Amino acid sequence: MSDASLIDELPGELLMWVLIVSELLVFGAGMIAFMGVRLTDPAGFAEAQSHLHRTGAAFNTAVLVTSGYLAAQALHWRQVARRAAARMALIGAALLGVVFLIIKGTEYADKMAQGINYETHPFFLFYYLLTGFHAAHVLAGVGILLLVSWRDDARNIEAGAQFWHMVDLVWIMLFPVIYLLG
Amino acid sequence: MKYESQKIAYAYFAVAMALFVIQVLGGLLAGLIYVSPNFLSELLPFNIVRMLHTNALIVWLILGFFGAAYFLIPEEAEREIHSPKLAYLQLIILVVGTLGVVLTYTFNLFEGNWLLGKEGREFLEQPKWVKAGIVVAALIFLYNVSMTVLKGKKTAITNILLLGLWGLALLFLFAFYNPGNLALDKQYWWYVVHLWVEGVWELIMASILAYLMLKLTGVDREVVEKWLYVIVAAALFSGILGTGHHYYWIGTPAYWQWIGSIFSSLEVIPFFAMMAFAFVMVWKGRRDHPNKAALLWSLGCATLAFFGAGVWGFLHTLHGVNYYTHGTQITAAHGHLAFYGAYVCLNLAIFTYAMPILKNRDPYNQVLNMGSFWLMTSGMVFMTFVLTFGGTVQTHMQRVIGDYFMDVQDQIAIFYWMRFGSGVVVVLGALLFVYSIWVPRKEVIEPGAAETPAE
Repeated sequence: MSDASLIDELPGELLMWVLIVSELLVFGAGMIAFMGVRLTDPAGFAEAQSHLHRTGAAFNTAVLVTSGYLAAQALHWRQVARRAAARMALIGAALLGVVFLIIKGTEYADKMAQGINYETHPFFLFYYLLTGFHAAHVLAGVGILLLVSWRDDARNIEAGAQFWHMVDLVWIMLFPVIYLLG
Repeated sequence: MKYESQKIAYAYFAVAMALFVIQVLGGLLAGLIYVSPNFLSELLPFNIVRMLHTNALIVWLILGFFGAAYFLIPEEAEREIHSPKLAYLQLIILVVGTLGVVLTYTFNLFEGNWLLGKEGREFLEQPKWVKAGIVVAALIFLYNVSMTVLKGKKTAITNILLLGLWGLALLFLFAFYNPGNLALDKQYWWYVVHLWVEGVWELIMASILAYLMLKLTGVDREVVEKWLYVIVAAALFSGILGTGHHYYWIGTPAYWQWIGSIFSSLEVIPFFAMMAFAFVMVWKGRRDHPNKAALLWSLGCATLAFFGAGVWGFLHTLHGVNYYTHGTQITAAHGHLAFYGAYVCLNLAIFTYAMPILKNRDPYNQVLNMGSFWLMTSGMVFMTFVLTFGGTVQTHMQRVIGDYFMDVQDQIAIFYWMRFGSGVVVVLGALLFVYSIWVPRKEVIEPGAAETPAE
């Protein structure tokens, strides 16, 4: 049963991996569609992109990566039986997730104030869909991190960190594709 | 049969098979009207025939699911059904409701009456009193099977089956909400139809398939359960937001075009996984179960569901494609093979497995049953190809060139004739299936000596 043993070698929950792969497929398809539609109107997309806050998004990237580091440390600390440190790291990771959402929220509020919505231009349709869907995952991730800081079994923390790294990874792909590539 | 109350399934399967025959005969009639449009046009108009064809399909499939649940839950939970009396009462309510629907549709009784008349909505046109009856029957059912499982052994198969059946019943409640705004009506309407067949029904399908694989191949329960959870996760992940592929052109915001396209494209994954699951289990399995016909239907179910629901669904699910193909015969091709593969074959698989046990007629005539599989399947696959080609021509003439609808219909009449022919084959296959289940008493070919009997 070679296929079964391959799956058994995966660290953590199998279902979490199914979820991660599914999420990457969705975001990947979304980004491919975005780049495909951009080919039809490069100038319009570049103009629309110039309305984005690149600095805020870059700062948010640093926030999420730091948060991901804390989540990874938490699992390590839990495994060496430093429960309190692991809990603090998870709460810290969740708080950075909240910081990300606040910065993202001010960006959305600014767009709304300028009257930019998902019907303004196809660029913004994808902008709101992709970053909005990602922000929903950040919100869910904050909840999961707080949950596993409470029920802090090492397996739980591992599953939470897996999910959080996926959210990280998606942002690291979204940031250059949506904010930087022209 | 280990538990006396499994007998309940017998009554459910019998009614389901009777409705199955009515459904395919209705389909044949509709196919005839396509090529001979004035046939019975005063007595039984096409829209009524179509309603009977689709409603009878849904009702007999659900009766089959109920029967399957009553058959497999006692074995899985290792105890008798909580109340067999309630189970029969539930069946009586459903039969009365079904008869009421057929009479109301056919003779257009109580036109416009809020309680007794039909509602004029596609697929949810049942009169209110029937809808209420369905809810009462569903509540009885859920109470009955949930009590059985709660008091008995809980397995992954019963957990997923119950999750699917609870979802089926709860989502039906959206059928009561009928807003005046047609776009909103359609939006909620899909909460029932889509979230059934591309959501919770897939859970029912996966759990019944898992049960059949467990019994027919003898693979370890642990392996089956791991597959089951992965399939269910993939089905719900893609299926729920996949609803968006019905929201392209009904007046909902444009972002649904991308949400629907992306998520519904992933709906092929659980169907592929179910096909892979069925075949891997058979390869790994060491048991040579004598009921070869049930295995044939199970493998056929997983394979045809992948092609009908997965491949033919993907064919026109991207909104750029659907812009042209929407509502053409491409849709009909997909609809026929998807329902046949995923849910008709599934039901016929569990009937084929359970009926010889329920009738104490094991082993029984498998040759006729397997013949009916090939007859029905080849008819249905031929129909799918014919409608796909016809739909492609229709899409080009009507949507690309811009010819008039009825002119195009005349041009593709040859495809409708071939569809009618394949429909005849499907009906013959269905009649042969019912005959093979109910009539012959002896096995035509004795099982070989090398075969080991099931436990």
